[in-house]
Amino acid sequence: MAKGFIFRIGAAAGDGASSTAENFARICVRSGLYTFTYTSYQSVIRGGHVWVQVRAEEDPVLSQGERPTLLIALNQQTVDIHASQLSEGGAIILDEGLQLDAAKLAREVRVLRMPLVKTATELGVQQLRNVVALAAAMALLDMGPGLLEEAIRETWGTRKPKALEGNLEAMRRGTDWVAANGGSLRLGIRFSGKRRLLMTGNNAIALGAVAAGCNFFSQYPMTPASSIMHWVAAHAGQVGVVMKQAEDELAAINMCIGASHAGARSMTATSGGGFSLMVEALGEAGMTETPVVVALVARCGPSTGLPTKTEQGDLNLVLGAGQGDWPRIILAPRNTVECFTQSARSFNLADVYQTPVILLSDLYLSEGYRTVDPDALDMNVPILRGFLAHGEPPVGGYKRFLLTESGVSPRATPGTKGFQFIAGTDEHTEDGELISDVRAGVPEFIEVRRKMHDKRMRKLRTAVKEMQGPEVWPEADAEYTILSWGSSQGPVREAVLRLRAEGASVNSMEFRDLFPMPVPLVEKALAKVRTSLLVEGNHTGQFGRLLRAETGFRPDFTYFKSDGEPFYPDEIAAKVKEVLVRA
Amino acid sequence: MLDLNVYKSDTKPTWCPGCGDFAVLSSLMKATQTLQLEPWNMLIVSGIGCSSNFPHFLSAYGFHGIHGRSLPVASGAKLANPELTVIAAGGDGDGFGIGAGHFVHTMRRNLDLTYIVMDNQIYGLTTGQASPTSEMKMQTKSTPEGVIEEPINPIALALGAGATFVSRGFSGDVKGLTEIMIAAIQHKGFALVDVLSPCVTYNKINTYEWFRERVYRLDKEGHDPSDLSKAWARAIEWPAFNSARERIPTGIFYQLKGKPTYEELEPGLRAGPLSKRVAGIKPELAKELLAEFA
Repeated sequence: MAKGFIFRIGAAAGDGASSTAENFARICVRSGLYTFTYTSYQSVIRGGHVWVQVRAEEDPVLSQGERPTLLIALNQQTVDIHASQLSEGGAIILDEGLQLDAAKLAREVRVLRMPLVKTATELGVQQLRNVVALAAAMALLDMGPGLLEEAIRETWGTRKPKALEGNLEAMRRGTDWVAANGGSLRLGIRFSGKRRLLMTGNNAIALGAVAAGCNFFSQYPMTPASSIMHWVAAHAGQVGVVMKQAEDELAAINMCIGASHAGARSMTATSGGGFSLMVEALGEAGMTETPVVVALVARCGPSTGLPTKTEQGDLNLVLGAGQGDWPRIILAPRNTVECFTQSARSFNLADVYQTPVILLSDLYLSEGYRTVDPDALDMNVPILRGFLAHGEPPVGGYKRFLLTESGVSPRATPGTKGFQFIAGTDEHTEDGELISDVRAGVPEFIEVRRKMHDKRMRKLRTAVKEMQGPEVWPEADAEYTILSWGSSQGPVREAVLRLRAEGASVNSMEFRDLFPMPVPLVEKALAKVRTSLLVEGNHTGQFGRLLRAETGFRPDFTYFKSDGEPFYPDEIAAKVKEVLVRA
Repeated sequence: MLDLNVYKSDTKPTWCPGCGDFAVLSSLMKATQTLQLEPWNMLIVSGIGCSSNFPHFLSAYGFHGIHGRSLPVASGAKLANPELTVIAAGGDGDGFGIGAGHFVHTMRRNLDLTYIVMDNQIYGLTTGQASPTSEMKMQTKSTPEGVIEEPINPIALALGAGATFVSRGFSGDVKGLTEIMIAAIQHKGFALVDVLSPCVTYNKINTYEWFRERVYRLDKEGHDPSDLSKAWARAIEWPAFNSARERIPTGIFYQLKGKPTYEELEPGLRAGPLSKRVAGIKPELAKELLAEFA
C-alpha cells in the first residue's frame, strides 16, 4: 500500500499559514510525492482562523483526506480545534507557550512543544517561527532539510542575504531540535525524487486558455475566481494577452464580446455573483453568435453567501441564464488536469459553434494546489477557429447569419473588405438586418424569426455530437453506482476504493460535459446502473434535476451537501453504507 | 477616392420624421467620407434605444448590442484590433443612465474611441419617460408632476473623468456638427460628442426652436480648447443649477493632445493586433510557463 501523510497547519489569518503550506506542498512535490491541498480560510485579511491541509503520498492522491498525521498549531485556537483530530501515531508541533489537553489526543500522538516564538525572537523576525516549525515537520517526516533550503534560496536568493541567513538558521534550529528530541516518526515513506508540477485549478484554467490562443482576458475581482486574473496579468506581456480588469462584470463580459467580434479569442472569469451580472450579455453573445468563454468558479451561495467556501450550487444559474433560448455549452472539469484540457477545449467549442461556453468549476477544485503530471498537460493545443468567411464576398452579398444545416454560419471579422455586417441583439435576417422594428409580426418575417431561432438552436444538435458521456470508473459493472459531476470526482473515487477494499461492489459514474447532454451516451451508461446514489454539493440536487429532465432517470438515493465544506471520502463511504442497508 | 455612397446602407432609418438623429447620421457619413475612412475598417457599436439603431443605417461593420454596454464592447473591439476606427453611438439613457459606470471608466482609460451620444433628454423608444438629462420640472410619463432631480451634465462629467476630447454638437447645425465629428475621429484618445438631438415626438420642451434660441458656438467666442479651466467654466453654463441665464455652448470644450492612449500603453499589444494573431504558444514559451509550477 502506498505510504503518505496528512499535514495540517493552523493559525490566525495573516500569520503565513497559507504560504507556509504552499511552500511545503511544493517541497512535497519536489520530493517525488503526489499532493492535494485544501485551504479553509475566511473573508478577512487579518485575524480569523486559517488552516491548510496538505496530503502527500507516494501514489496519486484523490482528496484532501481526513484526520491529520501532523499538525503545526501556531495559535491556541488551532490547538483547541484540531489537536483532537490527529490520527494515532501522529504528532503535534506547537509553541511551548500554548496550552494542550493531552487527554483529548488520540493514542501515541507525539507532542513537540517547541520554542518557536523564542527562536524567532532571537533571530529577530516573528515570521521565522513558521520556518522553525516547518523544518521540524520535515525532520519528523524524514524529508531532510535540502528541499527547504532550496526553497529558501529561491525566495531570498542573493537579494536579501540577511533574510536568507535568518531563514537558513531558523531551518537548522528546527531540524536540530527534532534530532535532539526523539527524531523522526519513521513513517517509511519513499521519496522518489521525480519532480512533477504543483498548481491550482485556476492556474490550470489560465494555462489552458493561453495554450488555446486566448489573447483577450477581462475580469472583475471576485473570490474564488480572482487568481485566474492574477496569473494572466502576471504573464500578459510575456504571452501577448491583453488583460483588462474591468469596472464591473457587465463590462468584463462585454469587453470580451467586443474583442471576440473583432477577432480575438476572449475569456472572462467570475463567481456566481459576477456571473449573475453577466447574464444579459451571455444572451447577447448567443444572439449575435459571438464566441466567448466564461469560467464560473462557484462559491457557497446564495447571494454573498460564504465567499471562501465551496459549493456546486450554480448549475441552475448557468443552465437558465438569460431570457429566451440561446445555445450554450457547459463543461464541468473534474480535476486539475481537466481544468486545463476543458479550458483549452472551451475556446475551440466557442469558435466552432460561435456561442458562449461556460466552464463550471468551484472553489474546492479551483483553489486547491494539486500535483499534476507534466505529461498530462499538452501545451500544443490545436486551434480550431470554425467556419470563417474569406476570399471575395459572395454574389448577392455576404450573409453573416446564413441558414445552414449545422446552424453555424460563416463569420467575418471587422477589417475584412466587403463583408461588412451588423451583429444585432434584435432578431435579424440572414444578412443581419433587424426585423424587430417595422417587420415583426408581418407573415414573411414571422417565418424569418422562426428559421433564425431554429438555426441558432440547431447548433446544440450539432455540438452534442462531440459532448462526452459520463465516465464510469473503475469498471462498468457494479452493484452500486455513485453518480457525481465536476469536482466531486476525487472524494467519490476515494470512497469507491475504500468500499471496494472492504468487498463492496461499487463504482463511480462521473459527468463532465453537462450541456448539451449527449442523451444516448448517458442513457446507455444509466442502463447498467442497478442501485444508485447521487452525490452533489448543493441543496436541491441541481444536476439530478437536469438528468431527470433529459433522461427521466431518478437516483435511488441522494446525498446533497451545501454547508460550504468539501466532500470527504469517509462521509461518502458512510452514506453508501447507510443506503446499502436500506437498498 | 471613396464616394459618399460607399457609406450608405440599404436599410432606411426608422426614426420619426424630423428626428435629430438624421442630422447625426449625415454628419458622421460626411465626416468619414472627408477623412476617407474605409467602411470595412470601421466598427460602429451601439446599445439600445432609438438612436442605437444607428449602425444599421450606414455601411460599416456594426455591433448592435444590449442596453448601456456599447462602450465596453467598443473597448474590447478596439483592444483586439487597434487598427479599426471604432465609434460608439447611442442615446442619453443608454450612455448616462444604465451605462453611466462604463461612460466614466472608459473616459479615464483614454482608449482611442469616438463616442457619439444623441442626447434628446427623454426615453423615446419606451415612449417617453424621464432620462438622466431631462431638466427639472419636465413632465413625462414617469414624472407626471415634473422631474425633481437635477440632470447630469455630460460635459462636466467628461471633464471630471479625464476625457481628452469633450464636445457638444447640435442637430440643427449639421455643418458645425460635421466639423466636430471630424475633429473627434481624428483625435487620438477618447472623444465625446454629446449631440443635442431633439426628439420631436416625446420632448415638447427642448425643441429645435428652443435650442436655436440658446445655442452659440464656442469657436466664435474665441474659446481655447486647450485650456481646461476655461473648459470647466463653459461646461457649467448649461445645464446649470440656476438656469436664469440660459446659453448653451456648442463646439469643442476641451482637447488634450498627445496623451498616450490606453492601447499604446497596453503590454499585451506590443506584438500587434490580437485579431491577427490567434495561435497557440511556442514550445519554448510553453516550457517556461510550465517550469514555474515545478
